[in-house]
Amino acid sequence: MQKKDKRFRRSDLLFAGAIFVIAIMVYLLFHFVYGKEGAYVQVAVDGKVQGQYSLSEDRNVQIDYGQAEGFNVLVIEDGKAMVTEADCPDKLCVKQKSISRSGETIVCLPHKLVITVIGGEESEYDGFTG
Amino acid sequence: MMALQDRKKTAYMGLLLAFALILSYVESLIPFFFGVPGMKLGLANLAVLLTMYLFGAKEAFTINFCRIVISSFLFGNMSMLLYSLAGGVFSFAVMFLMKKTNRFSITGVSMGGGVFHNIGQLLVAFCVVRTEGIFYYMPVLLIAGIVTGFLNGVIAIAVRRNIT
Ligand SMILES: [Zn+2]
Repeated sequence: MQKKDKRFRRSDLLFAGAIFVIAIMVYLLFHFVYGKEGAYVQVAVDGKVQGQYSLSEDRNVQIDYGQAEGFNVLVIEDGKAMVTEADCPDKLCVKQKSISRSGETIVCLPHKLVITVIGGEESEYDGFTG
Repeated sequence: MMALQDRKKTAYMGLLLAFALILSYVESLIPFFFGVPGMKLGLANLAVLLTMYLFGAKEAFTINFCRIVISSFLFGNMSMLLYSLAGGVFSFAVMFLMKKTNRFSITGVSMGGGVFHNIGQLLVAFCVVRTEGIFYYMPVLLIAGIVTGFLNGVIAIAVRRNIT
């Protein structure tokens, strides 16, 4: 059982390298395939889309959860979206930085809320924005 | 003689479990990731890794399991239990397999555990929010897994040298 502890072996390096490559690939995928300046934010609660709002119009959206307690305030300003207020226990959604590029998200796990920026071309959603 | 050996092992296991719980407590205080609350850094893997190399896979599994259940009761809640469980199961399975191949050092095995700890947690987050946008955080989590895994590995090597 007792073998010499080598601090680092070749396979370790290969493993770490492979993970780095995968990380970069996933990053590039999000950055270039999705990563253009987005046009809309999509609000989904518990996996269901609740609405989409254009990033080019400044507005405040109060997100409520039916009979259940809780709210998040989504603010769209200067083409960026952020959550400025919420009554979730951790307030991590409020601390996240604002989003504007396609694929970027703000998550509020206690409320199962995901706000995602979606692409620039989908102008067919126009009529759908509240 | 055998009994002494057994008692010594029991004492070590107790220490390792206590160590694992301390690490779990520390990581419960660190808001690791803005995007995904409930996620943990994976510090407690250090105790599991040590147990695996000092005693074996079965013992490491026991420590891991006890740590997850106890720490979730003590410092967390139901959702934290889910994250810990997924992270714990994934990292344990990967560390076990990587150690078995005999091709990786402790550091390598630990990095594998770190990476898959985070992948497990990310999958739970995906199940909770059901949006693939959550995988936006994958690159950061992969790198974070490598970094914590590396640090855990280096510490484990040092501790093991001093114990044996
Ligand atoms: Zn929140």
